[in-house]
Order: sequence, then C-alpha cells, then structure tokens
Amino acid sequence: MTDLATYNFAYLDEQTKRMIRRAILKAISIPGYQVPFASREMPMPYGWGTGGVQVTAAILGPKDVLKVIDQGADDTTNAVSIRAFFQKVANVAVTTKTRDATIIQTRHRIPEETLTAGQTLVYQVPIPEPLRFLEPRETETRKMHALEEYGLMHVKLYEDIARNGHIATTYAYPVKVEGRYVMDPSPTPKFDNPKMHMSEALQLFGAGREKRIYAVPPHTDVVSLDFEDHPFEIQHFDKPCALCGAEHVYLDEVVLDDKGGRMFVCSDTDHCEDRREHGHAGHLLAQQEAAE
Amino acid sequence: MSAVPLLKVNDVSKFYGSRIGCRNVSFELWPGEVLAIVGESGSGKTTLLSCLSTRLMPSSGIVEYHMRDGQYRDLARMSEAERRFLMRTDWGFVHQNPADGLRMTVSAGANVGERLMAVGDRHYGNIRATAADWLRRVEIEEDRIDDQPRSFSGGMRQRLQIARNLVTSPRLVFMDEPTGGLDVSVQARLLDLVRGLVHDLGLSAIIVTHDLAVARLLSHRMMVMKDGLVIEQGLTDRVLDDPREPYTQLLVSSILQV
Repeated sequence: MTDLATYNFAYLDEQTKRMIRRAILKAISIPGYQVPFASREMPMPYGWGTGGVQVTAAILGPKDVLKVIDQGADDTTNAVSIRAFFQKVANVAVTTKTRDATIIQTRHRIPEETLTAGQTLVYQVPIPEPLRFLEPRETETRKMHALEEYGLMHVKLYEDIARNGHIATTYAYPVKVEGRYVMDPSPTPKFDNPKMHMSEALQLFGAGREKRIYAVPPHTDVVSLDFEDHPFEIQHFDKPCALCGAEHVYLDEVVLDDKGGRMFVCSDTDHCEDRREHGHAGHLLAQQEAAE
Repeated sequence: MSAVPLLKVNDVSKFYGSRIGCRNVSFELWPGEVLAIVGESGSGKTTLLSCLSTRLMPSSGIVEYHMRDGQYRDLARMSEAERRFLMRTDWGFVHQNPADGLRMTVSAGANVGERLMAVGDRHYGNIRATAADWLRRVEIEEDRIDDQPRSFSGGMRQRLQIARNLVTSPRLVFMDEPTGGLDVSVQARLLDLVRGLVHDLGLSAIIVTHDLAVARLLSHRMMVMKDGLVIEQGLTDRVLDDPREPYTQLLVSSILQV
C-alpha cells in the first residue's frame, strides 16, 4: 500500500465531503442563508458538535493546522476530544495558538485575537433558525426568510426591553448579514458579534442535528439588530482578567471557594496564556507571585 | 365615499373536489361600507371570506382590490410577497378565536407593535406609545401592556386582536364571527367598540356571522348565503325587516325573542 490510507482522510467518505462542500459553496454564495445538507451520523452525540465536525472534515487538507476551542478554552473535554479525533483520522497538525491555525473549530466563542485572511472559523451550531422560538413552524420561517419578513425578530427584542428595560439577549443575538438574511450566530455571546462584521476570515456554521450549513464570507456586513432608542451594545466587565490583566475581553466567572470568593478570567485561554508569557499579570497572579 | 369600489368580486366559486364551497358570488364593496355575510353553518360563509382574503385560492372567478396607488389588482395574480404585505398593512383579519390571531406568548404591547415592526418601525419608544394608545382605544387598561394575552379574558383578547389589526390603519378588515364565544354583555360592548372604530376610521369591513343581531348592529348591507349560493342581498334593514326569500324569512323568524 503506497499512498492509499487505511482510512479515508478526515473520516468522511469522498462523496459525503463533496456533498458538504457543495452546501458550503452555496452558503458562501448566499451569505446568511441556511443551506440544507444530508448530515451524517458522527461518532459523537448530537450537541457535541456534529455539524462543526462535518464542516471541518469537509474542508480539512493535509497541510492545515487545526485549533479547537470550546467556550474559548483549548483544554475542555469537547475541544480535546475533537482535536484528538482529527489527529487520528487526518493526521493533521494541531495547535492552540490562534495565529498559527488555518482552521479553528469553535463552540461559543470567537478568539480574542483578530482573525486574518486565509483562516477559517467553523462554528458548531445547535439551533440555526433565529426565528425558531417565535414561530415554531419551519414552513413558515422559511417563507419569512424568503420574503424578508423579519418584523418578528424585533418583537423578541421588544419583549426583552418591555420585561427588563434593556435588550437582555446576551447570546445567539440575531444579526443581519449583508443587508438580507437574519442569522443566528450560534450561541456565541453578543460580545463577539462585532468581530463577525467585515472579518477577514471565512466563517462557516454547521448544525448537525438540524442539517443546515450557513456562512459569512470574508468582508461581509454583519449588523446586530436593535432599536434606534435602544442601540446594540456588548457586555462590559468591571475588572480586568485576574490572571493576565486584559481589559476589553470576554471574561468567565470562576468560583474559588465556598466563602464567596470568585475571580474573572479570560474565557479565551490561548489569549490569556499568550499575555502572561509576555509578562502581563493580573491581580491574582501578582498576589500569588508575591506570596512565593 | 369615493366613486370607485374598494373590492370587486366577480363570479367567485370554490369547490372542494366535487363539493361546493361557494358558487358564483359577485358583489362590490365600497369604501367605508360594512358588509355582513350571514347564513347557517356550512353555507359557505367562511369559504367565501377565505377566498376574498387570499387565505384560499378560488376555483374560478376574480377578486380585484383597489390598491392605494389607485390601480385594481387581481389578488390571485399578485405574488405571495405582495399578498402578505397587503395582509399585514392595508388589511386586517379578525379571527373568531383570538388565539389564532394573537401571539399568546408575547406581551399585549408587542402584539400590537408587531405590524409596526414588520413595516420597518425601529423606535421602541414610538412603538410602545402607539401600542399604548391603541390599547386605550380598545378599552384595555394601559398597565396591562406588558401582560401576555394568556392572562386576558375572552373579550379583552378579542379587543386586543382588533387593536393589533388596526394599528397600521388598514382600509379593509375581514372578521370571522368576531363575537362568537363571548357572552352577551361582552358582545354588546365589543359591537359598540367595533361600530365606533369603523365609523371613526372610515374602515370597510366584511363580517361573517351567523348572528343576525351582529349584522343588524354593524353592517350597512348584508348577503344571505345558503348551500354556497348568495340567495338574497340588500340593505341590512331591508333584508331583516322585509325578507323576500323563504329561507331568509325562516332565518329571521327563528331569532329567539326574550
């Protein structure tokens, strides 16, 4: 056996990859439009990223460098197992460094570091339909997308303001892509929405259970929906990261003890480590070093 | 009243296979006019209403609507996008069961505001102020604006549905048994309200009802249907006081007198 691998490269058979690539091409041609595809059974349960894994498998080449994050972290169960999966079935190089990766599969976050041309961000999407909880009939939501009837999306935002005094949607915040399709950016925090706008990187979204693929090509308008008198705004944090002192990044709350102790740290672990290597230190890290 | 009819219905028929829904119905509806369609269950009233409001496609015949730009458009030849736009701006549809016409899981304010947001209104304060104004006009307390219609009584729900339909100042409203399922005193209040709104806004309306009292109170003109055919039509008072057809006479005489 010379070049023939024992297993097909990157798990999926070539016909399946072809089918998924066609769906991806169509999705890129119509930014924000949900393209149906024949989602395959994957060796993992729904909800663990079957859509994202299929998209990654379809676009992965032997020279690609793969990074997988889950909630911004490279070292969580889901991220570790998907990374190991592709090492095994495609033998590709993997990394945790955002800038070294050519393909980044993600759940919940867009890396803090600005993505550049040539990089591809693959999202794992649980519910691709932004109108789902407002209009349960799929036949109707498809028609609404086709006819650009998006008044209902604002009904949801109206309800938010009526109940909470402000737009309380914090994740899966609806966006309008290239002035046409309203899209659910998967459960990323709205903090990351501005990063999607005019991004240099290609963004692909795969929903395995719902059998939909959609895309935001590079340099595409992505506008978060809002009201004139209640404009869209991202989350703000009072304190910088406790470990690396970074400001204007998305922070996770970590409970430290049962006496109310807690810290806020970067949700993007790579970004945090990178900063610490470069000598930045947050207040907790500084305290620890002082104690030693 | 302007000189041209708002809706021109010409020889409309609807067949369900070999069964007849309605047959050879022709009439014209003028601006500001309220037309009642009465008849017993199964007489084709609702089928006719669905054909007029594009919820069903007629098997034959033409329904033409006088658009705001002054042109007559054949509803069957309009694109679906145009029809749906017409339905949520220039028309209203009041269902018998308010749950069919309302979003039961969003607040009253959002229910009224939905049509505004659908036509591009993006100012929360203005939408809310308009919604509050409409709630007041249909006699719903303003402090209920953030409550869901689930917590409303049947009469309130029906009034909310009417407000939701009228917020974009439609010119034509279809009503399918608007007072069905309401008790008599609530009915009377609703009828009074509808009559006031129709008069104030200069609305045209087509009301399907089996209740002759509703027709008497609200409509200028009425059509009596039986077995899919219009058997008698004329001014409401004329038809009710001096019915010509035997069936109409039967219908009028079968009203219970208290």
